[in-house]
Amino acid sequence: MRMIKEQPLGTIGAIITLILLVTGIFARWIAPFGMSDPHPLYALQGPSFKFWLGTDNIGRDLLSRLIYGARISMIVGLTASLLSVVISVILGILSAYIGGAFDLIVQRFVDAVLSVPSLLLLMVVISLIGTGMWQVIFCLGISNGIGGSRMIRSLVIGIKSNLYVQAAVAIGAPTRKIMLHHILPNIMAPIIIIFSMTVPSVILAEAGLSFLGFGIPPPAPSWGGMLSGSARKYMFKDPWMALWPGLALAIVVYGVNMFGDALRDLLDPRLRGGAGRYGGIIRKRRISKVITQENSNQSMAVNREKEE
Amino acid sequence: MRAYILRRLLLTIPTVFFVTLIVFLLIHSIPGSIIDIMVNQQESTGISVTKLDKQAIEHSLGMDVPIYTQYGRWISEIVVHGSLGESLWASIPVTEEIAARWPVTFELGILALIITQIIALPIGIYSALRQNTWGDYLGRTFAIFCIAVPSFWLATLVIVYPAIWWHYSPPILLIPFNKDPIGNLKMFIIPAVILGMSGAGGNMRITRTMMLEVLRQDYIRTAWAKGLNERVVVMRHALKNALIPVVTLIGYQLPVIVGGAVIIEDIFGLPGLGRLLTQATESRDYPVVSAVVLVTSIVIVFINLLVDLSYGYLDPRVHYE
Repeated sequence: MRMIKEQPLGTIGAIITLILLVTGIFARWIAPFGMSDPHPLYALQGPSFKFWLGTDNIGRDLLSRLIYGARISMIVGLTASLLSVVISVILGILSAYIGGAFDLIVQRFVDAVLSVPSLLLLMVVISLIGTGMWQVIFCLGISNGIGGSRMIRSLVIGIKSNLYVQAAVAIGAPTRKIMLHHILPNIMAPIIIIFSMTVPSVILAEAGLSFLGFGIPPPAPSWGGMLSGSARKYMFKDPWMALWPGLALAIVVYGVNMFGDALRDLLDPRLRGGAGRYGGIIRKRRISKVITQENSNQSMAVNREKEE
Repeated sequence: MRAYILRRLLLTIPTVFFVTLIVFLLIHSIPGSIIDIMVNQQESTGISVTKLDKQAIEHSLGMDVPIYTQYGRWISEIVVHGSLGESLWASIPVTEEIAARWPVTFELGILALIITQIIALPIGIYSALRQNTWGDYLGRTFAIFCIAVPSFWLATLVIVYPAIWWHYSPPILLIPFNKDPIGNLKMFIIPAVILGMSGAGGNMRITRTMMLEVLRQDYIRTAWAKGLNERVVVMRHALKNALIPVVTLIGYQLPVIVGGAVIIEDIFGLPGLGRLLTQATESRDYPVVSAVVLVTSIVIVFINLLVDLSYGYLDPRVHYE
């Protein structure tokens, strides 16, 4: 609960993330209507008491569709990120630990995957294997996972030279055991952080793909899909249709990002540029020392002001 | 230095090889069911001159020979003849199509990159100089806003709301730059701002972090102690050193900008490579798809190479092993 005091924005992010999870899991009970119940008499209406956020071109309640859309975003965000992190960890540890020619080749492959714009790659793959939620998750997980292995690799290279790893090698521990029991637990904090950073980017990617028609096909209420296709024609009559899905997306991505940032600061100050949450304390100490040493020096005081 | 350049160039070769392999395997592993769809689909595309049957499609995709022969043939076509194949439905060389389209994407991308920097640098620098003040919080909130707001939503709002309120809609037909430079820029500026904003958030945060780090260095203290004014200290002493990671980030952002350009071109109807790709993917014109993906990826590989090599000039402290 250190978090609430030190990371107010992170706390807001955590609340938004929690709301996403709750809406996603309990969509069926929260949504006032079914996700594709048409109310033709009320089509293309703005917000009202019956339909809080209005209705779309065939009279489906936008709020209900948003709520069911939260479920899609949640499932895609969590599962694709999980798949991605698992692939990153396996590829990263193997590449860093085995090293040598294997590492060189794997890393050139990672370079190649990073050079192919991921949206292009995803569009092509999905056009080949067909649209659908699990296809999207599969593709996003693999493409993000290969790219993300770069970071795990650099972490493992740092850990590999530690004495406890060398000791494990010296006593003849099997390689598999060294990887699982000595290396993996030591990169757990960064893994959690990478996971939390992958979630929002995956959610955005799914929305982008669905928007282009290469994601989750209608009538599933994907937030990206709600902004595309036939809906675009009706937006000029009912601009609310254009507003809500994007707003929901922006709030969720903002929240999960803030939550991830706060998590990073709490779990691993090293990943930050400075000294993390201790940065402030260290700086204050340094400055007070400077002040006591050169109390009369006016320019130093100006300097301190500028610096902070 | 020379050894580093050589090493970096050599490492580019396997990367390019893997790029070709990825693109090749993707396109040439089309399942048979997709070929059936393609046969049925060609009536609906309406652009086919001669009707192709299953064998003809397989033949023009080169799928009637073993896969390693296909790869060899494909690569030698590209390297020896400079040919990227022919469009399946329109029967024109893909290189012609790409040559006609790339200037649009290029202009959009360059404008977006410039706008990213115009937004990111001043706010990032200001945020660092006034750390933990309201200006800083505002700047950082704006950075997250840029990251969180999806570009396709912003673009949709930009199209829908002005149309309703002022009956304004963006031009549909492309205005060539050489005929009407102002009109052309007017057409590109809104898409470029939206595309540029999505990259600005990350850039802003990196600029801020790097500025904060640099501002704590001893030589900055010396500069202040010499009595230099703020402008000189920030611009000449600090910024130059803070910008190096920002240049790296540009290399990393390229694939994202290209991906964003696909979406933005689709929304604003700009006839660039992205539009070509969406159309080709929808009509399953795979020779075109593979060519576009291949060309953009290879360009990105080489720009990243340039970024890496430019360190030596930007930062004399860098010593290549």
